Order: sequence, then structure tokens, then C-alpha cells
Amino acid sequence: MRKKFVVGCFDDEKVLFPAVKNVRRAGYKIHDVYTPFPVHGLDHAMGLRETSLHTVGFIFGLTGTSIAIGGMGWIFTTDWPLNIGGKPHFPLPAFIPITFELTVLLSAISMVYTFCWLCKMMPGVKKHHFHPRATDDLFVMVIECTAKTNETEVQSFLQNNGAIEINVQEAEDGWWFGRYDKEQKLYRTEEVGY
Amino acid sequence: MNNQYVTPAIYKKFSVGFMIAGLLTLILGVIFLNPGAGSNGDNLNSTRFWAVLLQNGLFWLFLVNTATFFMVICILAMSGWQVAFRRVTEAISSVVPLMSILTLLILFCIVFGHRGDIYPWVNKDLVSHDEVIKGKSGFLNPGFYSIASLLFIGIWSLISKKLRDFSKESDSIGTMDYEKGKKWVNRNFFWAAVYIVSFGLSVGSTLPWLWIMSIDAHWFSTMFSWYTFGSTFVSGMALITIFVIYFKNQGQLQFVTQEHLQDLGKYIFAFSILWTYLWFDQFMLIWYGNIPEETIYFKSRLQGTYEGLFYLNLVLNFLCPFLIFMKRAPKRNYTVVTFMCILIIFGHWIDFYLMIMPGTVKNNPHLSWFEFGIPLGFIGFIMWGVSRFASKMPMTPVNHPFLKESIVHHT
Repeated sequence: MRKKFVVGCFDDEKVLFPAVKNVRRAGYKIHDVYTPFPVHGLDHAMGLRETSLHTVGFIFGLTGTSIAIGGMGWIFTTDWPLNIGGKPHFPLPAFIPITFELTVLLSAISMVYTFCWLCKMMPGVKKHHFHPRATDDLFVMVIECTAKTNETEVQSFLQNNGAIEINVQEAEDGWWFGRYDKEQKLYRTEEVGY
Repeated sequence: MNNQYVTPAIYKKFSVGFMIAGLLTLILGVIFLNPGAGSNGDNLNSTRFWAVLLQNGLFWLFLVNTATFFMVICILAMSGWQVAFRRVTEAISSVVPLMSILTLLILFCIVFGHRGDIYPWVNKDLVSHDEVIKGKSGFLNPGFYSIASLLFIGIWSLISKKLRDFSKESDSIGTMDYEKGKKWVNRNFFWAAVYIVSFGLSVGSTLPWLWIMSIDAHWFSTMFSWYTFGSTFVSGMALITIFVIYFKNQGQLQFVTQEHLQDLGKYIFAFSILWTYLWFDQFMLIWYGNIPEETIYFKSRLQGTYEGLFYLNLVLNFLCPFLIFMKRAPKRNYTVVTFMCILIIFGHWIDFYLMIMPGTVKNNPHLSWFEFGIPLGFIGFIMWGVSRFASKMPMTPVNHPFLKESIVHHT
């Protein structure tokens, strides 16, 4: 879905944090804040909820444990019982290393894919870039415009909060496969100098 | 800045009360358990007396020594987050010299009292016709035993004293600039490096072999020291955490927040898993190899009177911390963390019980007044030592160069 966004760029963390706070207090909807490096405490300032990634890791880890124990247990007791070194058919200590490995493997892989899904990125998918310098030296705050939002008001609000560069962009909200939208003007063509 | 910590009267009552309880148990033990008799193992009570003393002496000494070790690894890793409660680790490490006198007394009584029921290798008759122990007698003899014990305990005491002195010095230096701070950190770094080498040679290898593994003199496991280290490290971290929470409750340590508590919880969680890893490795390799000279160790623990404790050990020290400390919220909850720390210290005390009892009192274990009375004395002693140190010093090292890093610490 195409939406309208107001994009404000900051060049200092010290300005960014109060700005985020003020924008939230004023009731504007922050789409996201793009930063060149992980900023400690920004998630709290933005009021993001706790990630659900660890729950996924736990559930998939548990799946790995049950697959390993269930699988080996079924194979060595029911399907193809073998006498190995006089050990019992269900030798739990001998199964532990493999169970551990499978638990770690499943939870790790599932967490990587879930992370990609939650961040809306996958190999081959496209996402709109709000500002090329978000990966370099600018903190880019993106505010989503709803039907009631007055863009000029938001722009002046950001200006007052210390944004060094402000513009309005209309862009695809989520992610999609294939090429960049023809209609969408890439930022580079709009602004000379970057 | 906060006021100087003053030991509350109730705390003093408890610490002295525990020490008196421990002393009374010891006196009653001397009267009823007949510690002087039967060094060849036919007097069960006498064996029990010395085995319990050995278990507690070693366990609590390792526990307080872990505080020094934690301090040292933090110095070596240049870690800043723990500075806010660094004085707590110093306070616990200040118990090491006094505690080691107690422990050395117990060890020397056992070795020079020729307690063959505790350490088979002190029995000269046995050594002369036992080929296996004879082969090990270059290592397992009273001379080497006492020199190694004295040497390493001396190094622990001296270096922990040195590090505490540096910390005390920083209070009077005033705010350090870059050059001064660098010098101060480097001096700490040097002694910490010396300590870590001695720690590797002692707790990391020889001392658990000498002190604990030689009870089963025929048996050997090269992983034993690491397994003991894992056990003592996690319970030592639990002890540090308990005291951090205690001092926080007393209105000290104003910079310690839930962030620090969570990181301490992470330490306990991670090293519980390390302990399990080492414990299980030792068990599984022996179980899989199935060689009689190795399996004898687990036969006495897995089959017979110790079976329940053997599994309880695993539940207390692996399942409980693993499942309870996995999420973020319990690690940030003071009540849950306190409960878990006590549980873990108890669990590893049981672990030490399982290391020592099957080889000494064989199939007649007791867990009654004497076994629970003696540790009370040691707990009271630690409480007394910690408060003695804490009431002399401000609890926050205000001039430590890394203090700011600890204040802004965020997980």
C-alpha cells in the first residue's frame, strides 16, 4: 500500500532522542527511525514492544529437542533395534549431544529466518529507501501520515526539534519482490548532491 | 554520596548466631562423633566428622575465592559494568585469608593425623603394597599436598589483599586524569595477570585433584578440576549476587540497577550451563567407555543410597537455573534472583557432598544435624567477614576510572 511519509534527518543522537520523545508526545505516528548503527535505548524511546524473537527460538528449540529424542528413540527401540556395545536400546546419555546439536541448530536457523521476516527483509525483496545517508551518518526519522495529519505542521514541528533536512515522500509501505517501482522516484534523482 | 554502611544489629545477631551454632555443632561433633578414633575407616562417625569438615571447608573457601577470581577477570577484560558493586566482591574476597586458615587447619589435621579413611594415600602401609597409589605417590604425598596448598592459598590471599589495597588507595587519590588512571589500571592488570596464572595452576588443575579427587585415589578424571571450577564459580557468583541485593536493600550501591542484576543473572545462567556441560562430559565419557576402573566412581553414586541426590543435583543445578533464568523478567526480579541464588548455593553444596561422601563414608551417608550445622558456622563467618570489610569502606569506588561506564550500563 502506498502511503505518505514525512522524513526528518538528524545528525546528532542528543537531538534525536528528545525529538523522538516530542514527536510521540505530540501524537504523531513514527513509522521507523533508521540509524547507521544500533543506538542504545532508542527502542525504549520509540516505545517499541519487546521482540518475540526469543519465544520463537524457544519453541523451535523445543521442536529440535523432541525431533532428536523422538526420532532416535523411535529408530533404536521400534524401527531398527541394534545392540551397540551392550548399551540399552534407549541410551539417553548417548543421545544428549545430538539432541543438543539439533536444538541449537533448529533454534538458530529459525531465529535467523524469523528475524528476517520481522524486519521485512529476505533475499530478493525490495524495500523503499527513505534516505541514502541513513547507512552513513544521518539518523532518519520517518513519520507516517494518516488522513488527519497535516504535513506542513509536521514539517515545521520537525524543524523546531532540530531536524537538519525535511521532506515528504510517497512510498510503498511494506516489501515486495521484483524491481523498484517505476513510478516511484528514487531519492537520488530528486536531490542533487548525494 | 550515600552514608557509610553500618552493620545493622539484626545482621550482627544472625552472623554471630550462625557462627555460634557452627561452633556448637563442632563441639557436639567432637563429643559424640569421636573424631580421634579409627583412621582406618572402621569408625564410621569419626570418618563422617572429618568428611563433613573437609566438604564445607573446601566448598566455602572456593566460594569466597571466586569473588577474587571474578574481580580479576573483570580487571583483565577491562570490564566496566561491575564497578558499581565492585566493593561487594572485594568484601567477599577479604574473607579469603581468614577462611583459608580454617580450611588449612582441617586439611592438615586430616593429612598429618593420617586419616586413611579420607585420603587413602596418607596410609603408608596401603601405599607400600598398592601399585596404583604407589605410582601416584610422587604427586599424592603429604609434603607435596601441604606445600601446594600453602603456596596457592598464600598467593590467593596476598594478591587479593593487593587488589583491595589498590582499590582503597583510589579513594584517597581523588579523581584520576587519563595518565593517572592508566597507571592505576595497569598496576591492577599486572597483579590480576599473576593471579590468573596461579588460579589456572590451582583451581584449574592441581588443587581439586589433590583436595577432592584424591579421596578416590585409584580413580582419575582430567576434567575433574574444571568441573569443580564450574561448580564453585556459579555458586560464587550467586554469593556475590546475594550480597549485592543485600547491600542494595540497605540503601548502599546507589548506582546498581536492574541492568546490573540482569547481567549477574546472565552470569549464573551461563555458568550453570557450563557446569552442566562439564559434569555431563565427565559422566558421559565414562558411561560410554564403560571401563571398570573409571565407572567405579559413578557406580557408588548412581546405584545405591546416593541415587536420589545424584538426580537432585542435576535438577537443582541445571534444570532450575536453565528454565527459570531463561527469560528476561526473572533475572530482573530481586525476589526471584535471591531465591535462585540460595537454591544454587545449596545445589552446589550438594554437589560437593556428592564429590566427597561416597568415597569416605561409603554407603552410610547422613544428612542431619552435623551436616547442616557446620555450614551454618561457615555462612556466619562469611557474613561477619563481609560486614567487617563493608563497614570500613564506602561501598562505591567513586574514583574508579570505569565508574561512569557502570552507571550508564544498559543491557
